[in-house]
Amino acid sequence: MNKYLERLTNGLFKENPTFVLMLGMCPTLAVTVSATNGLGMGLSTAVVLVASNVIIAALRKFIPNTVRMPYFIVVVASMVTIVQLLLQAYVPEVNESLGIYIPLIVVNCIIFGRVEAYAAKNKVGLSLFDGIGMGLGFTIALVIIGSFRELLGAGTIFNYRVMPESYEPIAMFVKPPGAFLVLAVLTALQNKFRLPSATNKKDKVSQLTCGGDCLNCNDREKAERKED
Amino acid sequence: MNSDYLVNLLIILISAAFINNVILSQFLGICPFLGISNKIKSAVGMGLAVMFVITTASILCSLVFQYILDPMNLQYLQTIVFIIVIAALVQLVEMVIKKFSPTLYDALGVYLPLITTNCAVLGVALLNVDKGFDLVESIVNGFASALGFTIAIVLMAGIRERMEHNDIPETFKGFPITLVTATLMAMAFYGFAGLV
Repeated sequence: MNKYLERLTNGLFKENPTFVLMLGMCPTLAVTVSATNGLGMGLSTAVVLVASNVIIAALRKFIPNTVRMPYFIVVVASMVTIVQLLLQAYVPEVNESLGIYIPLIVVNCIIFGRVEAYAAKNKVGLSLFDGIGMGLGFTIALVIIGSFRELLGAGTIFNYRVMPESYEPIAMFVKPPGAFLVLAVLTALQNKFRLPSATNKKDKVSQLTCGGDCLNCNDREKAERKED
Repeated sequence: MNSDYLVNLLIILISAAFINNVILSQFLGICPFLGISNKIKSAVGMGLAVMFVITTASILCSLVFQYILDPMNLQYLQTIVFIIVIAALVQLVEMVIKKFSPTLYDALGVYLPLITTNCAVLGVALLNVDKGFDLVESIVNGFASALGFTIAIVLMAGIRERMEHNDIPETFKGFPITLVTATLMAMAFYGFAGLV
């Protein structure tokens, strides 16, 4: 049972996809204008991740290694479509406010990273818990960033007024530049306090396919090509 | 084609390239924007590769949607079909360039595999459908979005090349200062809002 628990804490803290691995930056920046949006996006991604992980883990012995990528794409895209249809049916307002970022879960590198690096090599049970851990880690990160931006940009959290009436909201934080600024400060703090993060290379290279090191992605790609 | 239609195309072009810039206002393709923007040369290469792929993908996805998915009432399959079309397209482009123009392959080849999972490609294809664009409008929107991507990434590369010689606080070196630069660029591009 311990190794299942270990998968959960791994996703939530040790290898948190947003704060530590720095994966899936596009949705992180785009949808965190409010805590509600962050929660919706995080949970949708988590459901897709858990379902894809379980299906790929169950089929891992039947998928030929050479053509695994197309298989993964089809499975993940199908899960995304199911989630999108469910959102349209039951919570249309969430679907409305997240817009094209819901179908774009397909190209979220957290999903491909986990499916490729974990689910394709491990048992169904472990993959399930890995998906839950990573999904919740992503959700919590988005809610934290979303709450922070909503608090500064609108004075509310989950639409409840937190700041006093006299507080003048800094609208920039709920606009695109605010997303970059919040992430810049976050990564600077991680550097300052030497917290583990893909951006300061203090921790070991992750087992994920791309390692989340966006900044040196190009160099690594070239190095790998030369080795081939 | 009447003049109203041309004006409409011009509006699509300007709003996709500047006002709704894919990177600085829609956050599509952040990874290559941060990863391949350390040299102007590679930024231009990536920009050109993205322009080619997004424009071609817009044409293909628009055709597939209008002539296959829409008439058969299969709109809900668009995500699956689009991502397969894009993955196949990138593979094909890579093979064709490798075979016919090794020089071009040397220049753009490294960027092509990165483009399949670049959310800007799928994002623009989905936006074309969302906004109900016809084929010509989709091509213009695709090209203009990619142009916006190229402008943003080349500008960023230019700034970062100069920043290399600057004295940046230890804490802000690397990722944070790049994001601060992106913040300022996003603010500047925010000024285009209300242009149309």
